[in-house]
Amino acid sequence: MKVVKLKVDGVETEAEDRTSLLTVTKKLGIKVPTLCYHPIIEPAGVCRICTVEVRMRNRVRLVTACNYPVSEGIEVLTNSERVRRTRRLIIEWLLSRCGNVKVLNDLAAEYGITEPRFGRGDEDCILCGLCVRVCSDVVGRHVLGFFNRGTTREVNTPYGETSEECIACGACAYVCPTGCITIQDEEKLVRQELPMGPITPISIPFMQAVPAVPVIDKASCVYFKTGGCQVCKSVCEKQAIEHTADDKLVEFEVGSIIAATGFQSMDPTRLSQYGYGRLGNVFTALEFEKLNNASGPTGGRILMADGRAPESVALLHCVGSRDKNYHEYCSRVCCMMALKYAHLIHEKTGAAVYDFFIDLRCFGKGYEEFYNRLLEEGVFFIRGRAGEVSDFAIYEEERGKLIVRCEDTLIGVVRRIPVDMVVLMTALEPANDANNVARLLNISCSKDSFFLEQHPKLAPVATPTDGVFIAGACQGPKDIPDAVAQASAAASAAISLSVRGRVEIEPVTCVVDGERCAACRICNTLCPFTAISFDIEKDASVINDALCKGCGTCAAACPSSAITARHFNDRQLLNEIAGVCA
Amino acid sequence: MSFEPKIVGILCNWCSYTGADLAGTARIQYAPNVRVVRVMCSGRVDPSFVLKALQCGADGVLIAGCHLGDCHYQSGNYKTMRRFALMKRVLAQLGVEPDRVRLEWVSASEGERWAAVVNDMTEKVRALGPFTSGDGNNALGA
Repeated sequence: MKVVKLKVDGVETEAEDRTSLLTVTKKLGIKVPTLCYHPIIEPAGVCRICTVEVRMRNRVRLVTACNYPVSEGIEVLTNSERVRRTRRLIIEWLLSRCGNVKVLNDLAAEYGITEPRFGRGDEDCILCGLCVRVCSDVVGRHVLGFFNRGTTREVNTPYGETSEECIACGACAYVCPTGCITIQDEEKLVRQELPMGPITPISIPFMQAVPAVPVIDKASCVYFKTGGCQVCKSVCEKQAIEHTADDKLVEFEVGSIIAATGFQSMDPTRLSQYGYGRLGNVFTALEFEKLNNASGPTGGRILMADGRAPESVALLHCVGSRDKNYHEYCSRVCCMMALKYAHLIHEKTGAAVYDFFIDLRCFGKGYEEFYNRLLEEGVFFIRGRAGEVSDFAIYEEERGKLIVRCEDTLIGVVRRIPVDMVVLMTALEPANDANNVARLLNISCSKDSFFLEQHPKLAPVATPTDGVFIAGACQGPKDIPDAVAQASAAASAAISLSVRGRVEIEPVTCVVDGERCAACRICNTLCPFTAISFDIEKDASVINDALCKGCGTCAAACPSSAITARHFNDRQLLNEIAGVCA
Repeated sequence: MSFEPKIVGILCNWCSYTGADLAGTARIQYAPNVRVVRVMCSGRVDPSFVLKALQCGADGVLIAGCHLGDCHYQSGNYKTMRRFALMKRVLAQLGVEPDRVRLEWVSASEGERWAAVVNDMTEKVRALGPFTSGDGNNALGA
């Protein structure tokens, strides 16, 4: 690209030929006012406020900087008396239409206009067309356009009706210089559409995310709706954004594997008595965590769907845990999580907090003290599993509220407690695909599908397969300190294997007698450790000593008795049986 | 003298053998009729072991392993379970009463259960009487 020399306000500078004058002044740090300009949209020079003086070959002209292409040898004045006079006139004309727009009044004050000569109109749209251009050029939807002519010219949707084309992306409201386009009930709409989802289509999922890089939410990204936009791509200097990129499978060769695949929060829709998904303002524990988070959709304010702060909140313990119908185990973290929520709700909103528990399990260091503190803070603790959440009001004070029905077992009375918001402390359960991971890594599972450690005390992070370790909530529900402790143990167990550089194996393994093997391959699929493979050259199965654990399942199944389980071979066992029968 | 059945127990190393051990260390009293053979996994139990035991004069055979899903070797007990179902059919054809051969899941912590299983099995085999054919010889003709 050709580089040209030009002079701006007496300063000599260089720029690529045909770039817009406004980008040059921006680079030089010279302030030129703009209204109808936005860097992502092709400039149109509509509002004229960026007018500057350009001298080219002894000819002086007033041009709009936003769409004037620079060329060799031009001289530019951005703040001459003539420019200022012209801009004053433009501002006065704009004020004659839109007298009460803040951005125009600020400009008027800057240019010393106290009382505009042509009066003040009461419109708020300056007809710059930025919204029309962003809708068609960037978003690719063509919802907005200019209608009528002359004094009745306006920006509108076809026939002034709500357009089905509009995807409510909000780009028009975002670029509007005067703020005359607003999104009605924005927060409410966004919260209805994505109650807990990302705030923007491209965002870092949460502040502590690893890796801390933004991701695109395909459901809300304009590109995936219209094929347009891609503004993020055009502003990313590193050119790191590729909308068409696909998921990739990456292969690594490693010495050991730590499975830390975590848990999932139980979907409480199944417990229909609590109305989750049916009644508004019934949240799961993790949804509430997000609502309460400073980087969450409400910026950490605890709000109901209608934008009000709740006056009373119910916390329901053991939703899906300690319940024969769902999970018999205790999810372990929910009691303290509920107490934390009780404290935060009380502190942030001053709402009355009702905590429905079966037993409060405050087992950790400092936990009991925290519970005592909450008792003093005035949280209402009610012992009894809540039976039902409904919106069926019987009494006057229950109208428009959620009613939690529960037997208070300490006073032996069934109570109805009206609240604004209900938080269900849902059970922690193994991830949906935990069984697939277990099969892949040869990990056994306990009957509730959590991964099973080799021994609860002697090998708490190991699995039957050497070099495969487990850590965290995939092994069983646990809180963060416990998960971190277990992860550290797993990491050091893995490192100690690599540092030693060799592994010890049990002497109890199985071996195939190649001569007797009939090559039926029954044993190949039987081995839970995939230690047996078929050697085509030898025409016999072979057992990998490093993988074999010596269970002997193959030896028992071998139809030609070709497999010997060392130390537990057929001769030994048959003699032993004969011995005990004697 | 009353009939004391002779039962061969084939126990997996990790759950049932440890469970039986626990019954001992916990001083649980139970029938002394089971003679234990240890294998690494109930999956090691070849049906011929059962036949051998019956042939050598055992009146019953008790195979015990980890509970389903708890196998130290992940799935050995499932394989035993499948094999056992098949073996029962063969044994039935040979005229062996179903109560003589039994498969049980006993975990390492179930000393009480081990004792209960042994007592129950002993009573059932006692009720069946010795494993002999009509002429008083071993029913499998050893």
